[in-house]
Amino acid sequence: MSTDFFILMKSELSLMLIIFILLILKVWDGIKDNSTWLHIVNFLLLINFAVGFIYSVDGMLFNGMFHTNNILVLEKSILNFGTLIISLQAFDWLKTHKHVPEFFILLLTTLLGMFFMISSGNFLMFYLGLEIASIPLAALANFDLEKLKSSEAAVKMILLSAFSSCIMLFGISLLYGSTGTLNFAELPALLAVKNLHILSLIFIFVGFAFKLSSVPFHLWTADVYEGSPVSVTSYLSVISKAAIVFVFISVLGPLFLNFQGMWYNMLFLSIVLTITVGNLFAIRQDNIKRFLAFSSIAQAGYILLGLSAGNQMGTSATIYFLLVYIFSNLGAFGVIGIVSALANKENISDYKGFYKTNKLLSWVITISLFSLAGIPPTAGFFGKMFLVTAGASHGNYILVIIASLNMIVSLYYYLRVVKAIFVDPNDAPIEKLNPSFSAKLGLIICMIGVVVIGFASCIYDYINSLTI
Amino acid sequence: MTNLTILILVPLLTAIAVLFCRNTTQIKWTSFIGSLVQLGLASAMMFSYITERAIGNTSQMLFQQRYSWYSALNIQYFIGVDGISVVMIMLTACVVVAGILISWKVETLTKEFFFLLLLLSVGAYGFFISLDLFTMFFFLEVAVIPKFLLIAIWGSGKKEYSAMKLALMLMGGSVFVLIGLLATYFATDIGNGVHTWDLLQIAHAHISLHTQMYIFPFLFVGFGVFTALFPFHTWVPDGHSSAPTAASMFLAGISMKLGGYGALRVAVYLMPEAAQQYSWLIVLLATIAIIYGSFATLMQKDLKYMNAYSSVSHCGFILLGIGMLTKTAIIGAVMQMVSHGVMTALFFGAIGMIYERTHTRQISELGGLLKTLPFIGTVYVITGLCSLGLPGLSGFVAEMTVFVGSWQRPDAFHRIATILAAASIVVTAVYILRAAGKAVMGPIVNEHFQHLKDATWNEKFASVLLIVAILAIGIAPFWLYNLIAPDAQIIMENIARGVTGN
Repeated sequence: MSTDFFILMKSELSLMLIIFILLILKVWDGIKDNSTWLHIVNFLLLINFAVGFIYSVDGMLFNGMFHTNNILVLEKSILNFGTLIISLQAFDWLKTHKHVPEFFILLLTTLLGMFFMISSGNFLMFYLGLEIASIPLAALANFDLEKLKSSEAAVKMILLSAFSSCIMLFGISLLYGSTGTLNFAELPALLAVKNLHILSLIFIFVGFAFKLSSVPFHLWTADVYEGSPVSVTSYLSVISKAAIVFVFISVLGPLFLNFQGMWYNMLFLSIVLTITVGNLFAIRQDNIKRFLAFSSIAQAGYILLGLSAGNQMGTSATIYFLLVYIFSNLGAFGVIGIVSALANKENISDYKGFYKTNKLLSWVITISLFSLAGIPPTAGFFGKMFLVTAGASHGNYILVIIASLNMIVSLYYYLRVVKAIFVDPNDAPIEKLNPSFSAKLGLIICMIGVVVIGFASCIYDYINSLTI
Repeated sequence: MTNLTILILVPLLTAIAVLFCRNTTQIKWTSFIGSLVQLGLASAMMFSYITERAIGNTSQMLFQQRYSWYSALNIQYFIGVDGISVVMIMLTACVVVAGILISWKVETLTKEFFFLLLLLSVGAYGFFISLDLFTMFFFLEVAVIPKFLLIAIWGSGKKEYSAMKLALMLMGGSVFVLIGLLATYFATDIGNGVHTWDLLQIAHAHISLHTQMYIFPFLFVGFGVFTALFPFHTWVPDGHSSAPTAASMFLAGISMKLGGYGALRVAVYLMPEAAQQYSWLIVLLATIAIIYGSFATLMQKDLKYMNAYSSVSHCGFILLGIGMLTKTAIIGAVMQMVSHGVMTALFFGAIGMIYERTHTRQISELGGLLKTLPFIGTVYVITGLCSLGLPGLSGFVAEMTVFVGSWQRPDAFHRIATILAAASIVVTAVYILRAAGKAVMGPIVNEHFQHLKDATWNEKFASVLLIVAILAIGIAPFWLYNLIAPDAQIIMENIARGVTGN
C-alpha cells in the first residue's frame, strides 16, 4: 500500500470520503437547516472536483481489476463538474425537501459506481460498477416521494434496468465460457469472428444501448425522465449518459474492434434509428422534460456517430461533445428545474410569454437549446461539427447525410420552444421568478461553458493529446 | 485599414455595447455610430485595397491573417480579401447603416432588436472575409438564427410560419453546404493524409472530376437556397414580407448575397470541372427563377410581396451569370449582387416607410403618395426605375453585363436562356410601372393620407446613402468593374485549368 494507491484512486477515494462525511453528519443530526446542508455538499463537491487536478499517474491496482490514466481522470473530472453544477441547480428544489443528505448520498454512490465502471480492467469490476450506478438511480427517480408518477418512473426504471443487466450479464457469461477470461487486456486477442462471440457482443451492446437509451432500447427514457424530479432527470440525461459513453470509449470499444464489418452495421442501424426516432418523437411532446428526453435520445445518436468513426478523431470529438453537452443540457435543465421548483410548471405551453417576465432565464434556456441544436456561436456547433467530421472520416456519407438532415428536424423543435418563450402571447405567463444564488451560479457556469468552450481550441487540443 | 479582424470586432463590440445601454435613445445611437464607424472602416479598407493593387500587389488575397485554431483538424482563422469580397463588405456596411436608421422607431424590445441586427451583420462580415471553409461555415450559420428571431418577434402577418420556414430552409441549405464542405475537406490531401479547409490550397489541389461531381451539387444547392435558387426559393416571399423593415433589408440586401458569394467562391471556384458539367442545369434553373419570379410578381397586390418575388427574379440573374461561366457573366453576377443588394434594401426601406405612415401595403389602397409624401414617393420611384433597369442606375449596368457575358456562349441553349432572361425585363417594367403609377403617382385615394408626415432625418439619411450607391454604380460602373475583374479572371483561370486537366 504505497502512496501510489492514493494517487491512482484519488477520485474514488475522495468521493467515498464525501459519502462517509455526509453519512456521519446525518447520523450526528446536528444540521437542521437545508441551506446549510446544501452549502456543505456544494463545498465538498468543489473540493472533489479540485482533487481531479492533483497530478495523476497511469497504473493498475488489484491484479489489473482497476486501472487509470490521464484520459480517465479527465473523464471523471468532467463527470464531477457536471455533478457539481446539478447540485448547485438543485438548490431551489431541495431547500424545502425532507431528505437532503440522503439525496446526495445516493447520487454520489451512483457516481462512484460510474467511476469504477470507467476504470474497470475486468468485466467483474465493470459489472459491479454498473450495478452500483444503476440501483440507487431508481431510488433517486422516486425522490419526490409523494408523487405517483415518480414511483411509476422508479419501478419502470429498476425493472428495465435489471432486465438489461440480465442480458448484458448473459453476454458476459457467454464470453467467459468461450474464452476463459474476463480481463479486458486479454480479451481482444482471444476474440474471433465466431457466432458465439458475435452473439455475446450483441448482448453486451444491447445492455450498453439500453443505458445510453438508443433506439430501440429507448422506451423507458421518456417516462422515467418525465416522472423523476428535474435534478434527477438532468443527472440521468447528462452524467449517466456521459459515463456510459466514457466506459465505451475506454473499456468496451477495443472489444469490438475485431468485428469491424458487423460492428459497423450494428452501429449504423442504431445511429439512423436513434437520431430519427428521437427527433420525430421530440416534435410531438408538450411536457418539457419528455421533450428533452427525446432530444437527448437524438443526441445519443450523434454521440454514436462519433464512436462509429473508430479512430482518434472520433474519440476526441465524442469526449469534447459530451463536455459541451453537459453544459448545454444542464443550462436547459437548470432553467426547467427553477421553473418546476418555483412555479410548479413543466409544459412547453406554460412557457408561453416567459420572456416578458423572466428575460435572463429565457436567454439562458434559449442559448442552451441553440447549443443543443448546434447553432453557432455556441459550443454545441463545434461539438456537432466535430462529431459529423469524425463520422465523415470513415467515408460513409450516407450516414453523415442522414445525421445532418436530422439537424433540420431538431432545429424545428428547439425553435418551437424558443417561439413559445419569445413570441406566443399569454395572458398569464409564469410570474417573475427569483432563483437562489446557487442556482444562478449553476446557470452562469453553464453559460460561460457554452460560450467559451467552442472558441477555446486548447480544450479540444488537450483532449486530443490524451486520446489514442 | 489593413487589419480585417477589426471588421468583425467593431459590429461585435457594438452589439455587446447595445446590451449595456439603458434606454432606447442610447441603444439607437450606439448602433448607429457603431455601424457608421464600420462603414468608415470598410471604405478605408477599400481604399487601401485599391492603393495596394495600384502599386502592383498581385497576390490573390490581400491583408491576409492566419492563425491556427483547431490544429488537430487543421482549422484556421484565415482571413483575407479580394475585389469581390471588398465590394460585398461595402454593400454590407451600407445596408447595415441604412437598416439601423430605418429601424429608428422600433419600440418593442429595442435592445434585442438592434443586438440581433448587429449579430447578423457580424455573421455577414465574417463570411465575406473568411478564407477558411470552416470559419466561413461558422459565420454563415451565425447569420441564420437572428433572422428567425427578428421575423418571429417583430414581424407582421403570418410571421411565425414565415420565420420557421425561413429558419428551416436556410438550415437545410447550411446542412447541404456542410456535407459538401466535409466531403471537400476529406477529398483534399496535402501530404501525409493531412486535410485542409484552406480555400486557396483546395483551389490548387486537384480533386478528381468524379469526386467533384458528387460534391458540387451539395455546395451549389446549399448556397443556392440562400440566394433563392429555384425550386428552393419558397422561403423568400414569406420571409421577406413577414419581416420587419430592417430585417427585410438585411435579408435581401445581405443574407441572399451570402448564398451568391458562396456559390461563386466555394462551389464554382473549388469545383471548376463539375461546374462546367452542371452549368446547363444552373442556367436552366436560373432562367426558370427569372421568368417565374417576374410573372409571380405580376400577380402580387401587396408591395412587400411584390418586391420579394421580384427578388427571386433578380437573384436569378446572379445565378444565371454564375452558371454561364464566362468572365463577363461572372463580373455581371457580382455586380448584380451589389446592385440588387443596395436597390432592394432601399426598396424595402421605402415600403417600410410607406407602411409605417399609411398602415397598408396593398397597392389598391394606396395612391398619390408623391403629393403627400414627396420624398418617400421619389425614393420609391427611383428604386423602381433601378429595378427595371433604367440606364444610369445600378440595375442596368449589372443586368447588361450579365447579358453580354451570357451572349458570349454561342450555342442555342444559352442564347435562348439569355433571350428569355432579357425578355423578363419587360415584365419587370410592367409591374414596377403599374405599382409606381397607382401607388405613388395616381390620385389620392384616402382622405387620411393628406396629413401624413414625410421622411424624418434618419430615413432621409438612409435613403440618400443607398441612392448615392445606386448612382455611383450606375454612372461610373468602371470602378466596380475594375475591382471585380481580376478576381473573376482568377476564377475563370481555375475553370480553364480544370478543363485542360492541369
